[in-house]
Amino acid sequence: MLNINAKMRWIWIDKFVEFNSGKSAVAVKNVTLAEEHLHDHFPGFPVMPETLCIEAMAQTAGILVGEAKKFQEKVILAKVKKAVFFDYVKPGDTINIHARIESITSEAASTDGKITCADKLVAEIDLMFSHIDRNLAGKEFPEENFVFTDTFKSLLRGLVPADRSGGTPESEQD
Amino acid sequence: MAMSRDDIFQGVQEVLVDALGVDNEEVTAQATLMGDLGAESIDFLDIVFRLEKAFAIKIPREELFPAENVMNNPEYISDGKLTEKGLAELRERMPHTDIAEFESDPDVDKLGDLFTVGAIVNYVEAKLDSSVSK
Repeated sequence: MLNINAKMRWIWIDKFVEFNSGKSAVAVKNVTLAEEHLHDHFPGFPVMPETLCIEAMAQTAGILVGEAKKFQEKVILAKVKKAVFFDYVKPGDTINIHARIESITSEAASTDGKITCADKLVAEIDLMFSHIDRNLAGKEFPEENFVFTDTFKSLLRGLVPADRSGGTPESEQD
Repeated sequence: MAMSRDDIFQGVQEVLVDALGVDNEEVTAQATLMGDLGAESIDFLDIVFRLEKAFAIKIPREELFPAENVMNNPEYISDGKLTEKGLAELRERMPHTDIAEFESDPDVDKLGDLFTVGAIVNYVEAKLDSSVSK
């Protein structure tokens, strides 16, 4: 049966390996030729798109920022402050995505981070996140937290106590 | 040792160059953040974070950029212009900014022009002074 609730799968990290609540986190991603887009980016020369490296950082840092406020805020990537790349990420690589909270207030957070591969620096990526309910001049957003779905929260299983990762999930249907 | 106004200006300039991707020369004391330097709302938060780090101060966001609070209060705005009450509020909240010219035509759309590089320098200077005297 067609599931109309199916959501786009958009997860660019595989798991967290370190998680220091409110401070820093490290996630890993294994890059594989099973990822369709690598065959087009580029034909004969597959590399992980740098935009997706930024997305992987946004997910690592975004979950770190979200968890710091117990997932009560809708955390949205608001600005790429810096993104400098030093090397390609290729199929077969395992990349480590290191994120650190630089500042966090009730309205926003600023993070810095780097991506490494076998201890080699691949990228430096600094981001800003907005807690959107507290910005944009009182504009209203849906009450449910559409940012932190259970799929994202499940990445934290075993790394943070269940009461901090949102408790019993309100079961996402897929 | 207290920082000179020039030192503060240079620090503010560096922050704005990094936060907004503009050139050094564009960041003059008179330049407006939104009009001249192209700042958007999220940039204001970025600037606040960077200033805090650069000068080791704490900046409540509404203290440096209070316009949002003023603009969201219907008592302060009538016909697209700030009311006398709104202006009084602005004067009180923005002591680091010269609003004399704005007062002659307090058009809400021109509120953004009050946020100049010079106003940030004034604010940081006052903030540093108050932390020294404490």
